[in-house]
Amino acid sequence: MLSDVTFGQYYQADSFVHKMDPRVKILLLIAYIVMVFVAKTFLGLFATLIFLLVTVVASKVPIGSVLKSIKAILFLVVFTAILNICFYSPKNGDTHLFWVVYTEGLISAGFLALRLVSLVMGSAVLTLTTTPVSLTDGIESLLKPLSLVKFPVHDLALIMSIALRSIPTLANETERIINAQKARGAEFDSGNIIKKAKALIPVLIPLLISAFRRGDELGDAMDARCYSGSKVRTKYKKLTLTFRDLVATLVVAIAITGVIMLNAYDAQIMLMLAKIWG
Amino acid sequence: MGMCVIINVMQAIEFKNVSFGYGDTDSRQEVLKNLTLTIKQGSFVALLGRNGSGKSTCARLINGLLTPNEGTVTVFGMDTRDKKNLFEIRKRAGMVFQNPDNQQIASIVEDDVAFGPENIGVPREEIKKRIDYALKATGTEEFRHSEVARLSGGQKQRVAIAGAIAICPDILILDESTSMLDPKGRKEVIEVVRALNRERGMTVIDITHYMDEAVEADEICIMGDGVILAQGSPSQIFAQRDIIMASGLELPVPARIADALKKEGLPLPDGILTKEELSKSLCELLQKI
Repeated sequence: MLSDVTFGQYYQADSFVHKMDPRVKILLLIAYIVMVFVAKTFLGLFATLIFLLVTVVASKVPIGSVLKSIKAILFLVVFTAILNICFYSPKNGDTHLFWVVYTEGLISAGFLALRLVSLVMGSAVLTLTTTPVSLTDGIESLLKPLSLVKFPVHDLALIMSIALRSIPTLANETERIINAQKARGAEFDSGNIIKKAKALIPVLIPLLISAFRRGDELGDAMDARCYSGSKVRTKYKKLTLTFRDLVATLVVAIAITGVIMLNAYDAQIMLMLAKIWG
Repeated sequence: MGMCVIINVMQAIEFKNVSFGYGDTDSRQEVLKNLTLTIKQGSFVALLGRNGSGKSTCARLINGLLTPNEGTVTVFGMDTRDKKNLFEIRKRAGMVFQNPDNQQIASIVEDDVAFGPENIGVPREEIKKRIDYALKATGTEEFRHSEVARLSGGQKQRVAIAGAIAICPDILILDESTSMLDPKGRKEVIEVVRALNRERGMTVIDITHYMDEAVEADEICIMGDGVILAQGSPSQIFAQRDIIMASGLELPVPARIADALKKEGLPLPDGILTKEELSKSLCELLQKI
């Protein structure tokens, strides 16, 4: 069960978003983050959420998996919201509810929480639709310009790729060591948290030593396969932009423009909505 | 002509009075002692010996992962001590290691096979052809887009061979590459290597513990305590029972069965090594009765 860690969040599906170029996906995620921060009003934020929902539908990833990503930062969201409510500095005309709580404070805390949640859900869409391997390829390709200033882009990419591929190996190894220690009477599931943490020491030390040994052998294997990290190196994998990526970029551009417009005309729109509802 | 067919004829590997030890000069434990050995181009050589006899050290001396303290190791005439030769030597002498999990670079099979050709600067289109060739030669085409972690030991090791031959080496060194595999995985790997040797003329050096694997070779070298104890064809080597025993090795199972039957009084011929030879002689014997 430990070896399933490899596949992280990735949700296998055959969709428009899955087939996009990882570089474009990364850049569009950045654009989306900008969009979330550009939105100054609830209306704008709802618009970005609607955009996100459309993306999720297009990616064929169940909405539940995207929502699950919030769980990891739930504490952070609640914590910042509470801080925002408590330390809200009231202006003239704010409605005081009780203690230090103002209606406006509640609204701004809610806005912030919604913003955080939209950010995390957006990133989740990227990791759910892109394998770690193509994510690495995308990052390498995007960082390539940095090699002009002698930044070791290729080495970084190789390190990431080896790290990724070592996860299942080390996960198996951990399982083996845990079983070996259990066979000698070690207990991992009983006692308080300190006791449990201490029980892990006899797992971590052999794991660390074996990781070094493996690393040493891997170095030899790389040498044997002519690795020299030099400039003669070519690259087999090639990322290619498709029509799909152009469409996605256009959609995001329109969405950002929409959010900016909503910022500018927020008051008018609100007024209009108020009239419609009477 | 297929891809990566090897043409030139000369001594592939030469060890001349090689001594090697790990550690500093004063506290050095000699692993190889004044070893001299030549391996002909296109031959399939099995290197046998008990643990610590210096087999793996030999393998690492060939592609320059180690360099001799004394003497010279040359690969196609290139001295491994000259750092300028290393790249070329490693291009021509590929190596597959013991643990399939410790020699894989990328997560996906085709990316891993591409690593070697990328390193030597093969153009993209050519890399694609080489991957096709290497996967086909090792029978791993169906795993092309799979995660290496999901494969069995034998499959992983065949992918490792694909990774080594994608560089188009003339020599393939297997450093106990089958020792962590089950009998089925072992058979898969040996069949692939045998075919590479027969069909493409690749020189193969198989370092192994398994006698049934060694029987398949053209030539067997037995090592013990850093020296070559015996060298010759499988039938020559296995006729020298005393050397086999002295170097801590065992005869192949069919040979042991034949020996036991002979002891019981069955008139079997000498020199039975393989299952096929044993069953053939037994059938002949049955017909006579």
